[in-house]
Amino acid sequence: MSEEKNKNINRRDVLKGLVTLPVAGAFAYSWYQKQKLTQMLKNALNDEINLDEEQLAFSAESTNNKQLRLGIIGTGGRGRHLLMAAGFVHPETIDDWKYWAKENKTDKRYEEYMQQEDLNLVVTGVCDIYENNAEKGLKASANSFRNGIEGKMGNTPTRYNNYQDLLAADNIDAVIIATPDHWHGTITIASAKAGKHVYCEKPMTWTVQETYDVVNAVKDNNIVFQLGHQNRQTESHFKARQAYEKGLLGKVNLIEVTTNRNSPGGAWQYHIPENANSNNIDWNQFIGPAPWHDFSLERFFRWRCWWDYSTGLSGDLFTHEFDAMNQILDLGIAESAMASGGIYYYKDGRTVPDVLQMTFEYPSRDLSLLYSASLASNKKRGKTIMGHDAFMEVGGDLKLYADPGSTKYKEKIEEGIIDPKLPLYSFTPGMKQVDAITSPTEQYFAGRGLLYTYRGGKRVDTSHLHIKEWVNCIRTGKQPSCNVDQGFEEAMTAHMGTLSYHENRKVFWDADKQQIV
Amino acid sequence: MKYKNYQLFWLVVLRVTIGWHFLYEGMVKLINPNWSSVGFLLDSEGFLSGVFKSMAANAGLLQWIDWINIWGLIAIGIGLILGIFCRVAISGGVLLLAMYYLSHPPFVGLSYAMPTEGSYLIVNKVLIEMITMIVLLVFPTSKFIGVDRLIFSRK
Repeated sequence: MSEEKNKNINRRDVLKGLVTLPVAGAFAYSWYQKQKLTQMLKNALNDEINLDEEQLAFSAESTNNKQLRLGIIGTGGRGRHLLMAAGFVHPETIDDWKYWAKENKTDKRYEEYMQQEDLNLVVTGVCDIYENNAEKGLKASANSFRNGIEGKMGNTPTRYNNYQDLLAADNIDAVIIATPDHWHGTITIASAKAGKHVYCEKPMTWTVQETYDVVNAVKDNNIVFQLGHQNRQTESHFKARQAYEKGLLGKVNLIEVTTNRNSPGGAWQYHIPENANSNNIDWNQFIGPAPWHDFSLERFFRWRCWWDYSTGLSGDLFTHEFDAMNQILDLGIAESAMASGGIYYYKDGRTVPDVLQMTFEYPSRDLSLLYSASLASNKKRGKTIMGHDAFMEVGGDLKLYADPGSTKYKEKIEEGIIDPKLPLYSFTPGMKQVDAITSPTEQYFAGRGLLYTYRGGKRVDTSHLHIKEWVNCIRTGKQPSCNVDQGFEEAMTAHMGTLSYHENRKVFWDADKQQIV
Repeated sequence: MKYKNYQLFWLVVLRVTIGWHFLYEGMVKLINPNWSSVGFLLDSEGFLSGVFKSMAANAGLLQWIDWINIWGLIAIGIGLILGIFCRVAISGGVLLLAMYYLSHPPFVGLSYAMPTEGSYLIVNKVLIEMITMIVLLVFPTSKFIGVDRLIFSRK
């Protein structure tokens, strides 16, 4: 080839240079066609479901106007988690988190805790009947600056050996109750009578009678009561309620809620510290309203295994599921309950069953609520709300599927706009986040939206939001989302299940007389 | 390098189809506001999984990785289809595919949460696509068929 020819770009070069351009055109055209179809399907779906995909924002409500003085009764594992949610963590835990954040970059516990909003609280009283827990509670409560052990601490609160003395203190406005179940009612009532606002762990009560007494005490003394069902703050539950209210499910006829765990910790066989003994545990006070039993470390640390102190699966774990459903569907107290089960795996001397089935009927709502639990199988089952037109799986996220036999979606299914095999609507909060969950029990709670949720796309501890709501309500005089009325429904429904299990018969709720028959 | 016409034809077809694949993968990520590489990185297994997981944990780096994936895939796709700066585009593609492969190597004993559409042992489609692109580097075509013909003057 000649020099001349090579230097100039001729027609032939242009042709060969751009010969693949039509492929780019074909791509653009196919892309456009595909997008048009997707958009058409999406619009058609949106017309049908019309649910916003907005994430919940942080509540702008001011919480900082006046410092609130807290007392805490019960600083075991759960109590200390609530202290953390309120802004008080043991300095050694802070050091641990810092260490792990360095070791493992996906471990964001320290970072997230430091971002947790300051609720302007101070802990002025701590009560626990086990020395070691009281000591830990005091150290955590004094850590108002969120420092490690080398850092500056705030004032150490007063330690009380019994709850009565704590409630008599003038410098306490509100109390957090995180005792074993058999003390919830008694201490809530005493707190209300002392004029202290109450955040009490679930279940609200241990006996049926206490349930009425708690309601009366809370209402008579005009205190702000929040029951510790932190699921009330879970973002996906708000979306589930929207979906239900919009009638996307059609007529809901069956709700299935479950518990599946398969580890000693999950089955309440907690670790017994070696140095624990009758000298550092106030056994008489532990027994309290329960029937007398001689000192037992097992009973003290694994109290959930005995009816003497526990409410079993019904009060302990079903209540989480029930309250979530009550939050989404306003179920109220079941009209009847029927339970069965047994101690089939953990034959460790416990009296509460480790496998339990309970059926709650709501004939006036034309639906059944089914609870099924095993503490010795990890088969993953979630919360499913079943309607004629669609069913919805609710956990930390949310998935709604159209039913192939649906009347409402019949046409759209036939037109191919709705595919029953794919979610009609799905909501996954915090999709761009890293999740570092460690223990099986943590995974259990996280999967249920009980450990954390999202606000403004950021991960937040649900218990923190629940305490924040309670504190806001104390400051503004409003009612929190899980107040004593919701608590009454929760406790009565759970008691009905337990009673049915004990008496081996179907029990009923007499709505006129407001009692279980 | 001199090709017979049918050799050049099939090499260009190969280049354009791989380009199409890259372009579409990039566009899909671009229009999905919720897309992030975080899930893929966290699912990583094998001897480099620590590196990939720590990439996911660094929010600043993660944003950058997401950006480079989206726009890298798109640019490589266009580069291959039109034959623009093809050597650079193919090299970039090989690098990206190597990362995808190394973060999820189908080695004996490793399993993943992310679904795959076939059965693989050591060799998977990512590896094959990567090697195919290396072949395209060895047998370049863009200076015959492609915009590079207009950009780079011949010797």
